[in-house]
Amino acid sequence: MIKIENAGKSYADDVQIGPLKIDIPKAGITSLIGPNGAGKSTALLMIGRLLNMDHGHISVADMDVSSAHSKDLAKIVTILRQENHFVTRLTVRQLVGFGRFPYSQGRLTREDEVIISKYIDFFGLSCLENRYLDELSGGQRQRAYVAMVLCQETEYVLLDEPLNNLDIARSVDMMKHLRDASNRFGRTILTVMHDINFAAKYSDRICAMKDGKIAAFGTVEEIMNTETLTDIFETSIEIIDGPSGPVAIY
Amino acid sequence: MMKAHDLVSMNQAKDAAGADHFRSQQHIRKLWTMPFVLAIVAVVALGVLSLLIGAYNVRGQPDGINMIFITRIPRTAALMLTGAAMSMSGLVMQLITQNRLVEPTTTGTIEWSGLGLLCVYLIFPAPSLALRMAGAILFSFTGTMIFFLLLRRVKLRSSLIVPIMGMMLGAVISAISTFIGLVFNMTQNIETWFVGSFAPVQIGRYEYLWLIVLIAVLIFLYADRLTLAGLGEDIATNLGVNYNRIVLLGTGLISFGVGVVAAVIGNLPFLGLIVPNIVSMYRGDDLRSNLPWVCLLGMGILTLCDIISRTIIKPFEVPVSLILGVMGSVVFIVILLKQRRLK
Amino acid sequence: MRELASPHPGSLEVTFHPQHRSATAFPSKEEERRYWLLLVTFIALGVLASYGLLMYNNPVPVDSPSFLPVVRRRMTALVAMLIAAVCQSLSTVTFQTITHNRLITPSLLGFEALYATIHTSTMFFFGVGTFISYSGVESFIFQVVMMVLLSLILYGWLLSGKYGNLQLMLLVGIIIGTGLRSVSSFMRRLLAPSEFDILQARLFASVNHSDASFFPLAIPIVCVAAFLLFARSKNLNVISLGKDIATSLGVNHQHSLLFTLTLVSLLMAVSTALVGPLTFYGFLVATLSYQATRTYDHRYLFPMALAIGFLMITGAYFLMYHVFSAQGVVSVIIELFGGIAFIMVVLRKGTL
Repeated sequence: MIKIENAGKSYADDVQIGPLKIDIPKAGITSLIGPNGAGKSTALLMIGRLLNMDHGHISVADMDVSSAHSKDLAKIVTILRQENHFVTRLTVRQLVGFGRFPYSQGRLTREDEVIISKYIDFFGLSCLENRYLDELSGGQRQRAYVAMVLCQETEYVLLDEPLNNLDIARSVDMMKHLRDASNRFGRTILTVMHDINFAAKYSDRICAMKDGKIAAFGTVEEIMNTETLTDIFETSIEIIDGPSGPVAIY
Repeated sequence: MMKAHDLVSMNQAKDAAGADHFRSQQHIRKLWTMPFVLAIVAVVALGVLSLLIGAYNVRGQPDGINMIFITRIPRTAALMLTGAAMSMSGLVMQLITQNRLVEPTTTGTIEWSGLGLLCVYLIFPAPSLALRMAGAILFSFTGTMIFFLLLRRVKLRSSLIVPIMGMMLGAVISAISTFIGLVFNMTQNIETWFVGSFAPVQIGRYEYLWLIVLIAVLIFLYADRLTLAGLGEDIATNLGVNYNRIVLLGTGLISFGVGVVAAVIGNLPFLGLIVPNIVSMYRGDDLRSNLPWVCLLGMGILTLCDIISRTIIKPFEVPVSLILGVMGSVVFIVILLKQRRLK
Repeated sequence: MRELASPHPGSLEVTFHPQHRSATAFPSKEEERRYWLLLVTFIALGVLASYGLLMYNNPVPVDSPSFLPVVRRRMTALVAMLIAAVCQSLSTVTFQTITHNRLITPSLLGFEALYATIHTSTMFFFGVGTFISYSGVESFIFQVVMMVLLSLILYGWLLSGKYGNLQLMLLVGIIIGTGLRSVSSFMRRLLAPSEFDILQARLFASVNHSDASFFPLAIPIVCVAAFLLFARSKNLNVISLGKDIATSLGVNHQHSLLFTLTLVSLLMAVSTALVGPLTFYGFLVATLSYQATRTYDHRYLFPMALAIGFLMITGAYFLMYHVFSAQGVVSVIIELFGGIAFIMVVLRKGTL
C-alpha cells in the first residue's frame, strides 16, 4: 500500500502541489491522469523519493520514503522517468542487468542471469540483447528501460508517461506487457498517463489530479463518467460504452 | 529587407497592427522615466569625478588644463565607450544564444583576441594600433563563430553547460597562446597585454574606440532581428529573418567591439555578463528597451571601477581588470546563487 | 528484425542461445580479448619507455661511480611521472562519470588557479630568496591542504543540502579560478623579469621540480585514494546511469558524489602540488581510454586509463628528451595535444 499523508511541495508562491492525501492499494495498475500542470509527475517523483517534499509523509509498504535507506527502498519501489540519457554505451542486457544492483551490488550471480533473461524474454528483446541501446528504435529502447525496472523485482513500480514517443502499436504492446506483469508477477504499477482511453482499458483504478490536488480516485467505472472527466479536464468529454469498457470521446 | 515588425503586422488584422503601433509609442515614452534620467545624471556625475581624479593635481598646476585634455577627457571618454561596448557585446551574445551566462569571457572570445594580438606581434615587427586591432578582431570573429557553430550542432541539456564549455574552449586557446609565447619567449608580454588598464589612454592613442558608437547604432537598428535570431533558426526564418546573415552580423559586431577594446585597452573580464543580467533582473528581457540601460550601467560600472583603481592605492594605480575580475567574480556568483533559489 | 509480439508463457527457462547469456562488461569474447591485448601492449610500451628514460643516453659510462646517482635522479622523475599519471587518469575518468560529461576535466574546480596564486604570491610578497627555499615538504603539505580545502568548501556550499547542483558548483569553481587568475596575473605583471622567469618555470608542469622528499607523503595518499576509487567501480557504474536511475537502484547519490569528489580533489591536489598544473592531459588520457575500452565498466576503464596515462607521459618525455632534444616544453606540448584533442572531440561529437 502506498500511503500519502498531506504530502506537498511548493515551487513558488502560486505554484503548489498538495497537500495530497490518498492510499493506493496493493496489486493492479493505477493510472494517474489529469491536465498539464496538475502535478502528476511531481507526485510520482515524491513517491519514488526522487524529489523531496516540503511537508507531509509518504510511505510505501510501511517504509517512509524520506527516512528509509535508499538501499532498502530499492527493493520495494522503483521509478522510471520519461527522459533517460546515458553518456556510456550499454547493451540491452547490461542495462537490464543493472536492475539487479540492489540485490547483488554489481556482482551478478547465475540466478541473477536467469532473472535477467526472464525479463528480456518477457519483453521480446532476446534477439536484441547484445545490441547497444543507441542502435535501437525508440520503442525497443523504451521496452529495455521498462525491462530494467521490472527486473528490479520491486513490488511497486512507478512509471512516468511510459507511452511517450511510442506509436499506437508499441503503446498497446507496452500496456499489454504491463498488464501481464501486474497479473503474472503481482506488481503494483502506478503510471502517469496522458491518454485516458489507455488508462481506462488497462488499469484497475484511476487517480485524477487537478491544480496540484487529487480530484478523484476510484475504479475505472467510477471515474470514467462524463461529469467527472469534463470537470477535471475543463473540456467537454463524453463517455460511451465501448465493446470492452468505457471509452472517452473528445 | 523587411523589418520583422512589419512582416508580423502585415499578417495580422488591422487592429492588431494598430495595437502594435500604440505599444511601441508607449514604450518610447516608457524609456524616459525618472529612474532613467537619474541614471544618466549618476553616470555624468561619475564622468565628472573621473575627470577630476588622478595622480596629477590638475588644479594646482598651470598646465593642469592641458592635462585634462590630453589624458583625463580621453580616459573618461574611453571608459564610457568601452563600458558600453563590452556590455552590449555581452547582451548581443546572450540574445543570439538565448543563454544568460554567455559573454566574451565565458566563450573564449577574449582568449582568441589575445591569440590574435600575439600573432600580429609575431608576424609584424612593430605593429601599429590599427594592425593590432585588425588581428584581434579577426581572431575574435573566428573564435566566436566557432563557438556559435558548436552551439548549433550540439544538443544542450542545461544552460549552465554552455559557459562551462566556453571556458574550456578558452582554456584550450589559452594553452595554445602559452605554447607559442613560450617558444618565442613572449610570455610576460602576453600577461601585460591581457591586464586591462586605462592608464596609458591619452590623445592619439584611443581614438579608435569611437568606432564603438557605430557599433552601438548598428545594434540599435538590428535589435529586433537579433532578438528573433535568438528564438532559433526555424522561428526566425519563418518570420522572414535571414538567420545566417543576422548571426554573422551579430558576431561581426561583437568581435569588432571586443577586438577594438582588446587592442586598445586589454582584457576586461565579466563586464558583458554582469551588466545585462543586473538589468534584466529589474526590467525583464526586452532587448530594445533594455539596450539604453545596459549601455548606461556599463558605462557607470566601468567608470566606478576605474575610479576605485585610481584611488585605492593612491598615488599608484591598480589595473582596472583586477578590480573587475574580483568584483565580477563575486557578482557573477551572487547572480548564479539567486537563480538557483528559483528552481 | 521482427519483434516478438507476445511474451513467453510464464516459465523461467532460459531460452536456447548459441552463446551463454550473461550481462558481463564486454558484449562479446572478441571485445574482451581485444581489451586485454591493448592493455598488455600499453603496459609493455610504458615499461619500455621507462627503461629508456632511465638508461638511454646516460652521459656517464656504466662502470663510473656517478652512474648510479644519474639513474637515481632519473628515477625520481620517473616516479613523479607515475604519480601524475595515476592521479590525473583516475580523477579525470571519475570526474567525467560523475558529471555525465566527457568534455570537462577536474581542473575546472580551480586547482590550477589556486596553485598559480600560491606561488605567485610567494614570489610577490616574499621575494626570490624565500621562493627558492620554499620548496620543502611543508610547502607541499600546505598546497595540498589549501587545494583540498577549497574544493571541500565548494562541495559543502554548493553540492550538499537542498539546493545541491553539480553544474552550478562547476561554474562557480571556474569563476573563482578566473577571479584568482586576475589577481595573480596582476601580481605577475609587477614582477621583475628575472623574478618572472624563475616563477614561470614553476608555473608549468614539470616532473623535474618534484622533490623526492615529497614521495613518502605523496605515495601513500595516492595509493589509498586510488584503491578507494577502484573499490567504488561498481558504484560508479550505477552513477553513470544518471541521478534518477541510480537513486531508484538504491545508491545514495549525494553521499557517493561527495565521497568520490573528495577523492578526486585529493588526487588532483597531490598531482598539482607535486608536478604542476596539467589541464588537458587527463582529458586526453580519458578520451583515449574510452576508445580503447569499449565498455561502461570502471573495473576495466581504470586500469586502461592508468596504462595509457603512464605510457603517454613517459613516451612524451622520452621523445622530447632523446629524439627532439626539447627538454623545456614537454608539459606544454602534452597540454597542446590535449587541447587539440578537446576541440576535435567537441566538433565531432555533436552532443554535450
